[in-house]
Amino acid sequence: MTDNQQFIAQAANEEYKYGFVTDVDTHVLPKGLNEDVIREISRLKQEPQWLLDFRLKAFAHWRTLEQPSWGQLKLPPIDYQAISYYAAPKKKTDGNTGEMDPELVKTFDKLGIPLEERMALSGMAVDAIMDSVSVRTTYSERLAELGVIFCPISEAVRDYPDLVRRYLGRVVPYTDNFFAALNSAVFSDGSFVYIPKGVRCPMELSSYFRINAAQTGQFERTLIVADDDSYVSYLEGCTAPMRDENQLHAAIVEIVVEDRAEVKYSTVQNWYPGDKDGNGGIYNLVTKRGLCRGDHSKLSWTQVETGSAVTWKYPSCVLAGDYSVGEFYSVALTRNYQQADTGTKMIHLGRNSTSTIVSKGISAGHSQNSYRGLVKIAPKATGCRNYTQCDSLLLSDTSGAHTFPVIEVDNDSSVVEHEATTSKINEEQIFYCNQRGIPTEDAVGLIVNGYAKEVMQKLPMEFAVEAQKLLSVSLEGSVG
Amino acid sequence: MLEIKDLRASVEGKEILKGVNLTVRPGEVHAIMGPNGSGKSTLSAVLTGNPAYTVTGGQVTFGGKDLLALSPEDRAHEGLFLSFQYPVEIPGVSMVNFMRAAVNEKRKYQGLEPMSASDFLKLMREKRAVVQLDNKLASRAVNEGFSGGEKKRNEIFQMAMLEPRLSILDETDSGLDIDALRIVASGVNTLKNRDNATIVITHYQRLLDYIKPDFVHILYKGRIVMSAGPELALELEEKGYDWVKDSMDN
Repeated sequence: MTDNQQFIAQAANEEYKYGFVTDVDTHVLPKGLNEDVIREISRLKQEPQWLLDFRLKAFAHWRTLEQPSWGQLKLPPIDYQAISYYAAPKKKTDGNTGEMDPELVKTFDKLGIPLEERMALSGMAVDAIMDSVSVRTTYSERLAELGVIFCPISEAVRDYPDLVRRYLGRVVPYTDNFFAALNSAVFSDGSFVYIPKGVRCPMELSSYFRINAAQTGQFERTLIVADDDSYVSYLEGCTAPMRDENQLHAAIVEIVVEDRAEVKYSTVQNWYPGDKDGNGGIYNLVTKRGLCRGDHSKLSWTQVETGSAVTWKYPSCVLAGDYSVGEFYSVALTRNYQQADTGTKMIHLGRNSTSTIVSKGISAGHSQNSYRGLVKIAPKATGCRNYTQCDSLLLSDTSGAHTFPVIEVDNDSSVVEHEATTSKINEEQIFYCNQRGIPTEDAVGLIVNGYAKEVMQKLPMEFAVEAQKLLSVSLEGSVG
Repeated sequence: MLEIKDLRASVEGKEILKGVNLTVRPGEVHAIMGPNGSGKSTLSAVLTGNPAYTVTGGQVTFGGKDLLALSPEDRAHEGLFLSFQYPVEIPGVSMVNFMRAAVNEKRKYQGLEPMSASDFLKLMREKRAVVQLDNKLASRAVNEGFSGGEKKRNEIFQMAMLEPRLSILDETDSGLDIDALRIVASGVNTLKNRDNATIVITHYQRLLDYIKPDFVHILYKGRIVMSAGPELALELEEKGYDWVKDSMDN
């Protein structure tokens, strides 16, 4: 609470400030997608045969699919042959000293991501991913003492093949959807997390995704496994340079939560949203799903979405364990010509499982913002509860807010609640602030942050401040 | 301090103020009374720059500055404060954050550094006492779930925090029980000094028993039609607004 106002005031005058490009020598595969490209990615990453087979099966399946069109989105057909599927900074470290390439350090410094462990006062372990590869993971050794594995997934494939093989594709199989199949065929890097039985991970784990190279896609894959009685809080941040063309980001996040374990997954998504006329920006087409396999397991998704030209993403929970708990807290802000179709699925399979959904959409400019949700309670999942609250705030007359909730309850001992509101930003609230000396832009920042507070409170501290700033920056000039 | 000359204003194309003249000097308390629809609240809205109203003529100077040329927030920074008739709720925004933004915006306008967190919280504690606002209210969201009386006390609390030169109290007595009325009035009286001034807009004499005006004006059909000392309010209380209507309309 202390410095929020200052941050908001400073931030109100900023544009997208992560739009720079780093000049590093990058190894880029030629554009196009075919079996040879997949074999080449697999070879570059020195992968075992089983993983190459997994990729090829996924690719064969992907070729039978068509890009989905059911979203409340105008997504132009993507030419998948015009994208390069692998880009990697050529030298991550200096061959002689083992130090990281100073250009890369500078890039992440500029983004506010501490990669030097001695400088990382925040006490957060970071996996930094540029384009297709992980460039640095901090604190791995300290975590290893507790048995926590936190490393790039490509390293995990090499060092912990049994674990990866056991869980990869179990929550999001490659047959799941078009973009999941694509990701499974070409995924490059991402983070792997394993929290052993009974371990409470002592620090926040964080991945930072950066797209740098032009005309490439980013296809990262994150796998988190929380074994019995463990706990981890995981953060994800993302940015990209400002470019005129659209870039594709099709990620998969899979989470497995065992008996009595808890995972908190927080995202602040700030991919480049395109310019004010809707040119450029990232297509963010992501499949995120967690399996609460254990009894009394808990998974909580919190997302603050302000970036991307198009967002298509439904972080979901499969509540298989008895008494398992799923949560989804979301703020999605769209402005200019951004489009967001986001929400969640809560699939109740275990008895007495509960879920909570709080979704706050904020639409400005000419943007379109949709909530899409499914609450499904299986016949044998007796005694379940769901509470859904779905609010939309309109900041302009030319923006749209849509909600598409689906509720399926197949037994009569479960209770499902759904509340929804749509409101326009209130002129009286703004004038009230004005009369107390607060200018309109700061007033809107305050009001919107107040509206989103319920969700913002769920974010870890460091992230909450960043996210509040981001909401205010993104709102600059959005009222009308 | 405040000089209003022939002020005319309309809302949604309908003229409400039809030439208001009023002069307020430091240290004075003015009461503006009048029947419903006479333009009392419009006057406060126009002076504070509510965008829903359009000024169609006249001038207003405040501390030597052209008030009507200033943005609503700069009017506030110049020391104009409105205690709203219907204070607005801002869900999720804590009073602490809200007041901190307001206080620091004013300091910025005056070329001062933002106030430190500890000084600010000290100031909050000190000013809360003026209207007996308890700590719990101050840490809640702006006006959210406040009772009518709490909202009005919260307005006077904000007035205490911002130390305005001119305060307009718009129907501050409406919806208040007698205890709340006393607390609010005593807060206003505590804040009064030789250098600031108050305009009390009210329908009833009741509030003026607690906040003693130096001048009483009667606003009717968009004009000030009578001005006198505090005895005018008593006369009005006795004879009712029909007396004004009859003497003006015939």
